[in-house]
Amino acid sequence: MSVTETTQDRVAPIRPHRGPLAWARANLFSTWYNTLLTLLIVWLLIRAVPGIVEWALIKASWTGDAADCREAGGACWAFLAEKWRFILFGTFPDDQHWRPTLAILSMIGTLVLSADRRLWGRPLLYIWTLGIGFSALMMFGGVLGLDYVPTELWGGLPLTLALSIVGLMASFPLGVLLALGRTSDLPVMRGLSVVYIELVRGVPLISILFMASVMLPLFLPAGVSIDKVLRALIGICLFSAAYVAEVVRAGLQAIPKGQVEAAKALGLGYWQRQRLIILPQALSLVIPPLVNSFIASFKDTSLVIVIGLLDLLSTAKSALTDPAWRGFYKEAYLFVGVIYVLFCYALSRYSRYLETILGQGRRR
Amino acid sequence: MRDSNATVTKAAPPPGAAAFHLSINNPVVRAVLAQLGVALVVALVAWYLVGNTMDNLARLSIASGFGFLDREAGFQIGETLVEFGPQDNYATAFLVGILNTLKVSGVGILLATVLGVILGVARLSSNWLVARIAAFYVETVRNIPLLLQLFLWYGLLTEGLPGPRQALSPLPGVFLSNRGLKLPAPADDPIWAWVAAFFGLGVILTLIVAAWNAKRQAATGQRLSMLPIGLGLIIGLPLLVLLASGGGAIDMPVLQGFNFRGGMTLSPEFAALLFGLVIYTAAFIGEIVRSGILAVPKGQTEAATALGLTRGQLLRLVVLPQALRVIIPPTTSQYLNLTKNSSLAVAIGYPDFVSIANTTINQTGQAVEGVLAIMAAYLVISLSLSFLMNWYNSRVALVER
Repeated sequence: MSVTETTQDRVAPIRPHRGPLAWARANLFSTWYNTLLTLLIVWLLIRAVPGIVEWALIKASWTGDAADCREAGGACWAFLAEKWRFILFGTFPDDQHWRPTLAILSMIGTLVLSADRRLWGRPLLYIWTLGIGFSALMMFGGVLGLDYVPTELWGGLPLTLALSIVGLMASFPLGVLLALGRTSDLPVMRGLSVVYIELVRGVPLISILFMASVMLPLFLPAGVSIDKVLRALIGICLFSAAYVAEVVRAGLQAIPKGQVEAAKALGLGYWQRQRLIILPQALSLVIPPLVNSFIASFKDTSLVIVIGLLDLLSTAKSALTDPAWRGFYKEAYLFVGVIYVLFCYALSRYSRYLETILGQGRRR
Repeated sequence: MRDSNATVTKAAPPPGAAAFHLSINNPVVRAVLAQLGVALVVALVAWYLVGNTMDNLARLSIASGFGFLDREAGFQIGETLVEFGPQDNYATAFLVGILNTLKVSGVGILLATVLGVILGVARLSSNWLVARIAAFYVETVRNIPLLLQLFLWYGLLTEGLPGPRQALSPLPGVFLSNRGLKLPAPADDPIWAWVAAFFGLGVILTLIVAAWNAKRQAATGQRLSMLPIGLGLIIGLPLLVLLASGGGAIDMPVLQGFNFRGGMTLSPEFAALLFGLVIYTAAFIGEIVRSGILAVPKGQTEAATALGLTRGQLLRLVVLPQALRVIIPPTTSQYLNLTKNSSLAVAIGYPDFVSIANTTINQTGQAVEGVLAIMAAYLVISLSLSFLMNWYNSRVALVER
């Protein structure tokens, strides 16, 4: 007893290290090479940041024309002020730009509402039908006194969103079928699914898009032609189906065998088993990776530029071909890049959030 | 009813083989019918599509088949690894394309791995600034389409850089201008044979020293650090030979008149494609490496430290072998992605296989053959790469009892 007391008297209490200095010591200068790295990075930042700020803000031109921009020497935000409508909406008729705006908002709204787990299930079906239907109405027109706008005039962000959302939606049923086929006991189904999945995953999306754009017309009877957007959509759809199939297969394989056996014991047939027991569990397991496939397909839609569609990236690229505004590619790509980052970053944060929320029940 | 009675009274037949009814309710019959049905539908669809294609080709009077490969290509290719001129045939053009694809993918995979490992380790660094910057890099680069990055790099490398006379020179002998990247190259000199020979000698000597070192460790418990020995023998030895020969073995680019002479050139197209692919793929590899390192339980590190292993030994003997098992399979698919993504070359004008096949399709109208050739080429590359990586993976995989 007395021994303890004397020890306590003698040893000074350990103070927790707090404050910015202690933090810097622990996180920036803990060892000699960390100190070296920190100093190196700080030196690089000191060299780079003022230049970037000068380019983007101080020397930047916000109004005027290309000559003013070149004279100022900084970023030419005037270029974006001039071209942002073309980059966002492509060749959609100028006086009708409120329509793609509403379509974009409706598609984003659909995505945002889909993120709310309380709406999962039947309400989501109505939301999607309504949201996508409304977007299609806005883009196509032709009824309710709206002018009909053919798909050749579509472009920019609405096209990018439509290609990725509709592409993923349409590839989903095929993907699930392929996943079921690949895990099936029947050799013919398994063989066909494996060949399809591996074939498509082995080749680049560009080759599938080329196929859709040059071979699809050959596949169809003479005289039948389908428009470019639909061709791209079919290509994207066939491509993502293989990736969705692999994601879903991972979910199917994670379902314990006892579930299938119990369903069989209840006398459920194959489709009843899949629909009522297996798929609901498997699909809810793979929602986070499905969101990741959506991110990938959202970025991949930019490849439609090679078959001549005007998506968000192609509009930016063609805005640069305007002879009056040559050379402001940094501004254009920065603008488009920020849009892509906003969408993809939000989606990937959501996917990570889902992983933790959905994982809670399963973690032991 | 009578049948089943009969089987019951008879000696037990094997289960499953019991009482084969030719009925729609028999699972075996249903399975066979379902498969026949699916096969029939697929065959019908294929027949319909092929039939239409044949009709259309006949109507457009395009001869199908690969006969066009022997015809003269008539176009020029910017950069080639083998001799190619407009008078060469399409088959040679395809070969040039495949070699260009392999060149950019091979170099890309190598550099992306290096940068990816650095990024993965940097994100786990105890240095706050390093970890933040690596995280910012990964989050930004992953979320921007590769094509956009390629366009940006191509823009920077062609429009953003000065002409050859004002070329940037970050290192002596390296020049960056709108004509591309100029690098020193090995000159045509017999000394390189000696360098290669000494490199081989270094490898053999290192192996011998390593074997001796292992034996010595088993006998005495002491161990020499192999890293400086290996580096000295494998890299130092050839380097000494090179230095001893003087500077003549390396061809330095020199500015002469309006352009550079000598050295090695990376065209802006190749450099943009390479930068884009490496920077994009490295972000993904970095995440894989990070998760692989995090997947090694902390107890392993602590136990190894308790055994008195140094930090290098800890990484090499305990952490890496366990992390590699997690890292290799997803990294393989990133390598495949990089190879497939190299087809985006078509958008910035690097003559890779897809771009040459596309030109061929446009010139000859042989769309079916062209697309089939693209698919076949990528399938062969993908399958060989995944075969190679699976072989490596089986070597590092945990041997379980």
